Amino acid sequence: MDIHELTPLVEALIFAADGPIKVERMAEALDLEQAEISAAIEALEADYEEHPRGFFMQEVSGGYQLRTRPEYADYLRKLGQSRPFKFSRPALESLSIIAYRQPVTRSEVEYLRGVDSGSVVKTLLEKRLIRILGKKDVPGKPMIYGTTTEFLQLFGLSDLAALPTLREFSELVPEEENGDFMASMPLLVEEVGEE
Amino acid sequence: MTGTMDNYAIQLDNFEGPLDLLLHLIKKNEMDVYDIPMAEITRQYLGILDAMKSLNLDMAGEFLLMAATLLHIKSKMLLPKIVEDELEEEEDDPRAELVRRLLEYQKYKEVSLTLESKPQLGRDLFARVSAEPEVLENAEAGFVSVGLFDLVEALKEVMKESPEPLVHEVNMEKLSVTDRINAILSQLQGQESIAFTDLFSGGLKRTEVIVTFLALLELVKLRMVRFMQNVRHGSIWVFPAVVIEESEELDLGDDSLGYS
Repeated sequence: MDIHELTPLVEALIFAADGPIKVERMAEALDLEQAEISAAIEALEADYEEHPRGFFMQEVSGGYQLRTRPEYADYLRKLGQSRPFKFSRPALESLSIIAYRQPVTRSEVEYLRGVDSGSVVKTLLEKRLIRILGKKDVPGKPMIYGTTTEFLQLFGLSDLAALPTLREFSELVPEEENGDFMASMPLLVEEVGEE
Repeated sequence: MTGTMDNYAIQLDNFEGPLDLLLHLIKKNEMDVYDIPMAEITRQYLGILDAMKSLNLDMAGEFLLMAATLLHIKSKMLLPKIVEDELEEEEDDPRAELVRRLLEYQKYKEVSLTLESKPQLGRDLFARVSAEPEVLENAEAGFVSVGLFDLVEALKEVMKESPEPLVHEVNMEKLSVTDRINAILSQLQGQESIAFTDLFSGGLKRTEVIVTFLALLELVKLRMVRFMQNVRHGSIWVFPAVVIEESEELDLGDDSLGYS
């Protein structure tokens, strides 16, 4: 099949798929080489770049999916069938630790965060962002956790290697870089300091 | 006055834990993380804890544990140093462990903010939501798969009809699950569907109810029947599975059992 015929066909498969669809899966369905599918995907991506659509192709969780462009988020949210999942800071911190250090036990997460993380881990399990990988072979046989494909899909990651690079610190970063949630805090500290 | 107190409460919420609070104090005071002035940091930390206490805030035990750690390090540093040449000064520093934890915590705290800022599915990006093909292709439009809880609820209802006998009797098992499976299958023969409760009619004994229920579960597992309902929490209907799928790809996430 020539690439001009194949490209819209691959587009159709990606469009109709239930979730991110893998190249292998498409190659199998069409009885073609994976390289041919990949070429068609590249052609599609080039086409979307040249003639922008409301959606774009994202490589996610080992497959490909059509997703709306981020600049339309506000409008699409107004359509709002489902409220987006808003992360709390504890949830986000715990999720990050689990993502980067998996397989990891709850107590390892708690040691790193310095706070009890039981309920946060439970919430993440319920949201299917993490899963139990098994039990660690140490006394007490604690559960070990890792992230799920839902996690990859939520953050649009092709695999775990696509996680943002973990910056190693040898010193502290000035607070401005850490977001403005701290901005309201110094008030209290100053008052205490003046006592 | 209460207004200010509410303010404090909100602001304290900003701290995820003692490490976060400590990190903030060190940065705010522009302290050298490798040479933390323990006396000063402990004073400030305890000051905040006092403020929390006087505001009647529910203080998590972790904050107290960190206070104890700080005091412990501080007192250790007051002790005269036993000079041991082989030991590196840094390893000897009672603060080393705390510094390592602070830097490690900072690492994950920062990356979690980076992660949060990535475009998220359902928040920034949207994908097509697909229809449930299984329901559609079987032309049973209007029916949805029965979840586990609905099934348990239905069992509870039919169990009510046959109350638990007060006297315990040891009986020979008269009905096997296999027998019941065959009975249900012959009942289903030529029928489009049977109401779940119909299978339990006729004043069944409690054991018979259970065997029937087990038989139904087996049948679902074997993909010989399907449970459907018109609406969520509606009455449950048992359909014979007309087409037994070519078992090349069995759907393990059997959502009609509520495991999906």
